[in-house]
Amino acid sequence: MRRNEPYIFLVVLALCVLIEIRSGQFFTANNLTDIASAMIVPGLFAVGAFMVIVSGGIDVSFPALASLTSYATTKYLLDTGYTGGIWLPIVISLALGALLGAFNGIFIGYFSLPALIVTLGTSSVFKGVMQGALNSVQLAVIPPGMREFGTSSLFVATNSISGLTSRMPVAFLALLIVNGLAFLMLRYSYFGRGIYAIGGNETSAVRAGFNTKRGKFFLYVIVGMIASLAGLIRTCMMQQNHPTNMLGMEMNIIAGVVLGGTAIKGGAGSLSGAALGTLLIVIVENSMILLGIPTIWKSVFTGALIIIGTGVSAFQVLRANRITKNRIAWKEMSKA
Amino acid sequence: MAKSLLRAVDIHKSFAGVHALKGVSLEIAAGEIHCLAGENGCGKSTLIKIISGVYQPDSGDIEFDGKILGKITPIDAIMLGIQVIYQDFSVFPNLTVMENLALNTELSQKRKIVSWKRIREIAQTAVKKINFDVDLDAQVSTLSVAQKQMVAISRALMSNARLIIMDEPTTALTKKEVQALFKIILQLKAQGISILFVSHKLNEVFEISERFTIFRNGELVQTGSTADLDSAKFTYYMTGREFGKKNFVPETIGEEPLLEVRDLTLDGYFENVSFTLRAGEIIGVTGLLDSGRSELALSLFGIRPASSGDILLKGKKVSIKNPQDAVRHKIGLVPEDRLSEGLFLPQSIQDNVIISEIDRLTTTLGLFDRAKREKEILRLVSDFAIATPDPRNACQTLSGGNQQRVVLAKWLACNLDVLVLSGPTVGVDIGSKHDIHAILHDLARNGMGIIIISDDLPEVIENCSRVIVLKGGRIVHEMDAQNANEQQILAHMM
Amino acid sequence: MSTQQAGSNLKTLYTRNRHIWRLVIVMLAWIVFMALTKFNKFYTLINFQTMASQFPEFGLMALGVMLCMITGGIDLSAVSIANLSAILMGFLLKSIAQADGSLPFYAIPLMFALGMVLGAVLGAFNGLLVSKAHIPPILATLGTSELFTGIAIVFTNGNAVSKLPVQYALSINNKIGGLVPVQLLIFIAMALFIWVLLSRTTYGTKIYLLGTNAEAARFSGLKNDRLLIKTYMISGVCAALGGLIMLANYNSARANYGSVYVLQCVLIVVLGGVSPLGGRGRISGVVLAIFLLRMLETGINRFPQISSYYISLIWGSVLILVMVLDYFTERRHPFRKRRS
Repeated sequence: MRRNEPYIFLVVLALCVLIEIRSGQFFTANNLTDIASAMIVPGLFAVGAFMVIVSGGIDVSFPALASLTSYATTKYLLDTGYTGGIWLPIVISLALGALLGAFNGIFIGYFSLPALIVTLGTSSVFKGVMQGALNSVQLAVIPPGMREFGTSSLFVATNSISGLTSRMPVAFLALLIVNGLAFLMLRYSYFGRGIYAIGGNETSAVRAGFNTKRGKFFLYVIVGMIASLAGLIRTCMMQQNHPTNMLGMEMNIIAGVVLGGTAIKGGAGSLSGAALGTLLIVIVENSMILLGIPTIWKSVFTGALIIIGTGVSAFQVLRANRITKNRIAWKEMSKA
Repeated sequence: MAKSLLRAVDIHKSFAGVHALKGVSLEIAAGEIHCLAGENGCGKSTLIKIISGVYQPDSGDIEFDGKILGKITPIDAIMLGIQVIYQDFSVFPNLTVMENLALNTELSQKRKIVSWKRIREIAQTAVKKINFDVDLDAQVSTLSVAQKQMVAISRALMSNARLIIMDEPTTALTKKEVQALFKIILQLKAQGISILFVSHKLNEVFEISERFTIFRNGELVQTGSTADLDSAKFTYYMTGREFGKKNFVPETIGEEPLLEVRDLTLDGYFENVSFTLRAGEIIGVTGLLDSGRSELALSLFGIRPASSGDILLKGKKVSIKNPQDAVRHKIGLVPEDRLSEGLFLPQSIQDNVIISEIDRLTTTLGLFDRAKREKEILRLVSDFAIATPDPRNACQTLSGGNQQRVVLAKWLACNLDVLVLSGPTVGVDIGSKHDIHAILHDLARNGMGIIIISDDLPEVIENCSRVIVLKGGRIVHEMDAQNANEQQILAHMM
Repeated sequence: MSTQQAGSNLKTLYTRNRHIWRLVIVMLAWIVFMALTKFNKFYTLINFQTMASQFPEFGLMALGVMLCMITGGIDLSAVSIANLSAILMGFLLKSIAQADGSLPFYAIPLMFALGMVLGAVLGAFNGLLVSKAHIPPILATLGTSELFTGIAIVFTNGNAVSKLPVQYALSINNKIGGLVPVQLLIFIAMALFIWVLLSRTTYGTKIYLLGTNAEAARFSGLKNDRLLIKTYMISGVCAALGGLIMLANYNSARANYGSVYVLQCVLIVVLGGVSPLGGRGRISGVVLAIFLLRMLETGINRFPQISSYYISLIWGSVLILVMVLDYFTERRHPFRKRRS
């Protein structure tokens, strides 16, 4: 469990430099803005996925959850002819997200059922509710408040050479705020330390006095809220609601989190590492053109990246275990 | 007599029809070191869980400090000053030492916000209590077993512990570390803290405890002062049987060497180890935890193939690079950690017992010869007296001693020439221990060559014809068991 | 055999197979429900034949995923292997078709043979990553899933492979004796093969034990790496067969077909009683789960008021329901995490 961030940071940097060399367009204001913009939704999902994995669980239902809540929120506001600002949509989304997250939380926290299977099940249920009960269709128009939020920008970056411009959406602030809050919570609250403790050794956590059932329950509630927010932002940024657009993202997000040094078994990893890993995948997916590689090769590269990245990670874990064992043996020998 | 701190009176507890505790009692005075002993399944773990609030007794009372405890939770017990240190030490390997030390205290104060400064202060106070020198920022996974135990003990002392219960604390410790632990226990006693430790090692009972209590089959068999105890009485109380001491004397030893090891080396662990084993012999290899003895076992079996040196079987050089090679050359290994390395506990006894010879029980293409397989299962279960109503039951339904028999049976089904056993009776109760040793004697008499690698000196002396002592990866002494005594061997080991 | 013995044998039969019985009960309940409500529409030969020709697509994939999960792993790349096999075999078919669209006699057997070899090779790659490179199976097969899909996209430029010689679809979409769909036969053949593997061969016992405790497996002399590679190869072959059936059912192949099947297979396998931790699970449970879900699906289709999208909801609910039932009735938690 050594610190992985320096390595992954170097890899990201090396990749950026490579793309820059190839295209001369990477470190331009508009490209960087585009990447940052593309990071918003995956980055938010990654925060949730990271926390769940650290706690020793896993969540594959967050895209379905986000799709359902964003669809429901948008449809409801459209039907009631809502014309106000972004705050009500946010509140509704968060509430729905908490509710659906609680669904996960009850089965995983209180019934101690395995997280992978539960979230597989709830993923199906959410999809079914959305497409079945709510009869979801693509919503080409969204409430004006959301539209405005999606089009408002923090700044506009211009590429001095090509003259292309890119907006930095206000939503990027949400990514920063959520990351910041998550960081504070994980580092400075016992709820957050509890997540690491549960992932490290759940029995010990119980014995130490953590209410692990409640802790896990609230974790999934929070993750549901974050996912829901991400779904809302996605809708705003796309200016429309496409019900199935986000489905299928879960595995790539999880891959990004793991690439960033989060152990899939739980207990180890850092928020910055998870963010870097997600950034790596986002950069690869978005820079195909700059590298002169037809976008058709995107999946091949992402797949190869995941395989190589997790392979290296696994190799490091193996080596670290051996080194620790050796160190103990030698320490004992010198004592004898 | 000092006032009693803890009194358990006539405790009954049943689980799903199994009467685990049948009216047992236990009494510990303040500042007393008390040993609770008994074979696996005798109920000692159950009683500890009742005392620490994990279970509630069906009937009977627990008195602590003169007051009768009603229904208590684990947190209540901790508040009262009852601390349990479990065998896994309940640490968080992924967190730092200081967090591990401070977590319980912080949580018991219902804190929500973390102050790292406060955590460090708490941790520093904790390690001072037993003068434990450790890097507070180190991740606990990097610590040795003894250090992890120290973390657990320091943590236990943080909450004004009055009674510390230790569950088999010396299992994974070196001799030096056991001595260090005992020193600390004495320090705690001097501070007026009572220690209840669970152990089945006779020498520990004698060395450290003042009073003892022995359970058998859920009942109290004997309690008293250790001054009145001796080896024979201890064995009798534990098992209800009497064992004559029968040192192993080899009957017929083969002329030719069965297994010969020349200058075997595993870089970083042991070097230039040479010895010879003949059919009918049982030799013992002993040494401290870091002497390389465990790794020698792994090398002979191909899990950690040797870096250099030769292994000869019946005079011919063989290459053992993986376990399949070892099995092919008729060498088997009964591993140190029976539970995680030797058995598939949730799987059936019958699968466990035939797994290593499984390829022999086939017709063609890997299809089972059902009749042959059934016959083999029945034979092994009866030959090894594995006590089970149905071999299709899961292995975890067996007692510890029976589980060890399954591991033995598994290997002996393979018609081995050489059997290496690493710590064969660690954690095994006295009764099964004797039975297992008897099986080994029989095997030797039938022509097998056996190597027992163990740090249980009485086991080595009584069961082997020759003893090899390893230190720092090298052989420092070799002697006949008949001329050996414990002090002598210990002197060579340290 | 005395009645008492017979009674206790029956009892052991029940306790050892509690999960299976639960599935049977749910299935019987559904069968009765359908008989009472939509008898004429549901219990028709055509209906069953349609079901039997469609479920082998993912049923075969589920068989492969089951094997991987018994070893304590998982195979998320089954669908991508299926698609890639279908695409490449589609190309093959088109290239050996004669001018008038007819196929030489060896065409279809050749397709199946090569398709299975391809599946085995792709599966072996998975097996190597999991065993030699020590990559956790969920991540390794996630990566290969992307990789294989990516390769499929490159080969097809993102388009579907279509305009296949119609003879292929006709022969696979056929019913032997007018009764039994060919797809069903393929599924039964593979299911029987795997059943024999699991219950009658040493391989079966070995992978159950490997999935329970890989360390102990090593210490018992098992060749862990070989077993894993073999398992993922078989999963690959199953997936490839599923792909060939999809090729016939849709008369086309595409890199992103059946993406919903990935998690659906895991769902079916778990519903069938296979523990994701490894070491447990029987093929009878998985086959039952496949039937059950298919029957639920087609049954619901007979109620036009209920949108077919509700299928998703019902799958998820059934899965959670069964797990909660397991939780309340098993004395010991079947899914308790094993901590070393």
